[in-house]
Amino acid sequence: MRFAHGEAPTWPEARKAEVEEIIARYPDSRSAVLPLLHLAQAARGWVAQEDLEAVGRILGLSTAYVDSTASFYAMYHGHPVGKYVITVCTNLSCHLAGAGKVLEALEKTLGIKPGETTRDGLITLEGTSECLAACDAGPVAQVNVEYFLRLTGAKAETLVEALRSGDTKALAGLAEHGEAAAEAVLSARVREVPAHV
Amino acid sequence: MTTALGTRLNFQTLVQARRGGEAMMAMRRGQPPAQALRAAGVLPRLYVMVCGDTGCLARKSDKTRDALIQAMSAYGLDSDVEVMRSGCFGFCSQAPVVVTYPDGIFYCQVKPEDAEEIVTRHVLGGQPVERLLYQPDPRVRQRVARMMEMSFFKGQQRIALRNLGLIDPESIEEAIAARAYEALARVLQEMTPEQVIAEMKRSGLRGRGGAGFPTGLKWEIARNTPGDIKYVTCNADEGDPGAFMDRGILEGDPHSVLEAMAIAGYAIGSHHGFIYVRAEYPNAVRRLERAVSQATDLGLLGERILGSDFSFHVELRLGAGAYVCGEETALMASVEGKRGMPRPRPPFPSDAGLWGKPTLNNNVETYANVPPIILNGGDWYASIGTEKSKGTKVFALAGNVTNTGLVEVPMGTTLRQIVYDVGGGIPKGKKFKAAQTGGPSGGCVPAEHIDTPIDYESLAALGSIVGSGGLIIMDEDACMVDVARYYLEFTQDESCGKCPPCRIGTKRMLEILNRIVAGEGEEGDIERLESLASSIKATSLCGLGQNAPNPVLSTIRYFRDEYEAHIRHKHCPAGRCKELVEYRVNAEKCIGCTLCIRVCPSGAITGELKKPHAIDTELCAKCGSCYDVCRPKAIER
Ligand SMILES: Cc1cc2nc3c(=O)[nH]c(=O)nc-3n(C[C@H](O)[C@H](O)[C@H](O)COP(=O)(O)O)c2cc1C
Ligand code: FES
Repeated sequence: MRFAHGEAPTWPEARKAEVEEIIARYPDSRSAVLPLLHLAQAARGWVAQEDLEAVGRILGLSTAYVDSTASFYAMYHGHPVGKYVITVCTNLSCHLAGAGKVLEALEKTLGIKPGETTRDGLITLEGTSECLAACDAGPVAQVNVEYFLRLTGAKAETLVEALRSGDTKALAGLAEHGEAAAEAVLSARVREVPAHV
Repeated sequence: MTTALGTRLNFQTLVQARRGGEAMMAMRRGQPPAQALRAAGVLPRLYVMVCGDTGCLARKSDKTRDALIQAMSAYGLDSDVEVMRSGCFGFCSQAPVVVTYPDGIFYCQVKPEDAEEIVTRHVLGGQPVERLLYQPDPRVRQRVARMMEMSFFKGQQRIALRNLGLIDPESIEEAIAARAYEALARVLQEMTPEQVIAEMKRSGLRGRGGAGFPTGLKWEIARNTPGDIKYVTCNADEGDPGAFMDRGILEGDPHSVLEAMAIAGYAIGSHHGFIYVRAEYPNAVRRLERAVSQATDLGLLGERILGSDFSFHVELRLGAGAYVCGEETALMASVEGKRGMPRPRPPFPSDAGLWGKPTLNNNVETYANVPPIILNGGDWYASIGTEKSKGTKVFALAGNVTNTGLVEVPMGTTLRQIVYDVGGGIPKGKKFKAAQTGGPSGGCVPAEHIDTPIDYESLAALGSIVGSGGLIIMDEDACMVDVARYYLEFTQDESCGKCPPCRIGTKRMLEILNRIVAGEGEEGDIERLESLASSIKATSLCGLGQNAPNPVLSTIRYFRDEYEAHIRHKHCPAGRCKELVEYRVNAEKCIGCTLCIRVCPSGAITGELKKPHAIDTELCAKCGSCYDVCRPKAIER
């Protein structure tokens, strides 16, 4: 099974008004599947079997349908992931700019391979072949979708250290959107659900 | 949300709001009308625009801005000078960028420490700070002071990017001062839907999302399709590797897209728009959310726009990490809550799109061109560009070129002009080898064709495409077989799996390419690639598969000898394919400086000062660091 089991989700109750508002946007409630999955992932950090069931229940769809839809999209994590997910772009421009070295450095300091999570559950490392659209500033990585540009092996190590120690200032020094981004990253898990999903 | 403009606008108050800011915008553009006002003390004497976008923020432009603000008040200049945040100027290699208006002085790499000198010398002394000006050629001391004299800007014509760098993208007042929603107002007051469509057709604008379909014609078809409910979608799922034009526009001028969608809605008879935007674009999403709510509060979107009887609502919709959702039928399936798989066309979305209703879908950059076309007329737009490719195109310049970033040039500008005039040439004195256009659906343009005009027809003749506008420049160190393999790996990964030619065919091709770069290529591989390519192109369901072989075919066409070197001689001429390269020290050239010993991450190089060094091939990780640093070029591969 692609989606692991987890505790019963709280978002259907806690975010009831938003759920209803999302459904009301569309002429067909099926259209709310992806937004509700985003909501579920924002609440738990990943999507559990129980979330799929909840989405199905709310929208009157089978769990199998929600599962097959969710598994199509790469951004939904089917297993617990670290508090911080580092995604390294390995597409062409970043590759030419040295993404390989950044990934290697991360693998080394974290002691894990792409797709894995550190044993303390803090950091998940991912390589993505989807270009992150900052090719003029490669190598590029995102941490919980915030941008980190012009990385080097050394900067990648500093990045990991900043995440480990929760050092906002050090992280802001590396982030494209400075302090705002650093705060958004470090407050992960109590992440705010975006107004539009 | 409250804005300086207060509550809902109508046609008159929109004009007033614009007039209120017109002089400020004219001044920022360096235009004269503001001079009288300035003399009367109504406007500050000088605007100092500090870029607050991607590249510049990463280099702490916010600190630079704070320092400038402080320095101005330290000298009591607060009312004379206004320091502001701007969107991207596109010249990110010189970040943080600061531009002053109306004199149009362009400062490069401005640090907080430079603020004081800008005040004393420039603001008070009337002379630009020489050492912060742009130096086109590091070997020549001459610097260029004015933005409009820099070849980077001179070679460009900014229509879709008109407001990037000019306005604060989070301020709707500034957008309005820069003429946002003026075209919408004109359309609602003065034009019939048919007239709008006629203007769009006259402009000759073609879709900028990749396929190049004539926009006016698409609008006409959508208008003529009967239906009580119709939809307008904006494709902001930009996923082509190397493409970042749409992100730039969404972050730098979100209102241009909203306005254009409303105009499109009016033209085809639709009241609902959806923007499908990549979830990987948090900043674009934030700016769009803000823009929608600002525009709705001011009555520029939503019910009864500007007091007319036309209503138009816009919703955002986040993707979830699937490249293929950029294909329009897949995009619509995704909005409907399904797997984002393309389906055969026809029926086209204009007949049966979202929820089976007629739907008009355009790309972000396509929309960004609409308001200027309405304001200046279709003939004006059609006068730019070439006979068959009208207007301008935004390119995302990246790779081995000095000035990377977004550039907008008239169609028909040659590749040489883009690379050398606008792009500033190839760094480190290296040679231009090829440009990759159109991402994984496109191909390469080799050095012998560098004088080709960039337009739909000329690139097609070379076996490439304009595509969405990714433009990756490669120098002599790029291995073209590896580049082709990279793209194929991407399309293979992103194939949705629905049709076998794309799912299986691209996999077979990738296997062959992987063998070739690993030194296991066989005689006949090139022919096998070509024959697989032709069947994949002929039988795939959507553009993803149909175009996937293009990078391979195009590199075979221009760099067949590189393929042959890999296959027959197990040699990578560019020295990039790790399995095929071995690093060694040429003892004759080595001066024994130990630089390579210090940079080698694997400790594979040994030797004493002033004596030839040696590389242990067992330990060597083939990273090329030694090769890059060796000044006498004693490391060979
Ligand atoms: C695999 C694939 C990916 C695509 N990705 C995008 C994209 O990211 N953005 C886009 O606007 N069009 C993309 N397109 C093209 C769309 O299908 C469609 O032609 C376009 O959005 C129409 O808008 P335009 O006429 O304004 O260009 C893609 C097409 C294919 C086959
Ligand atoms: S290739 Fe990495 S951001 Fe585009």
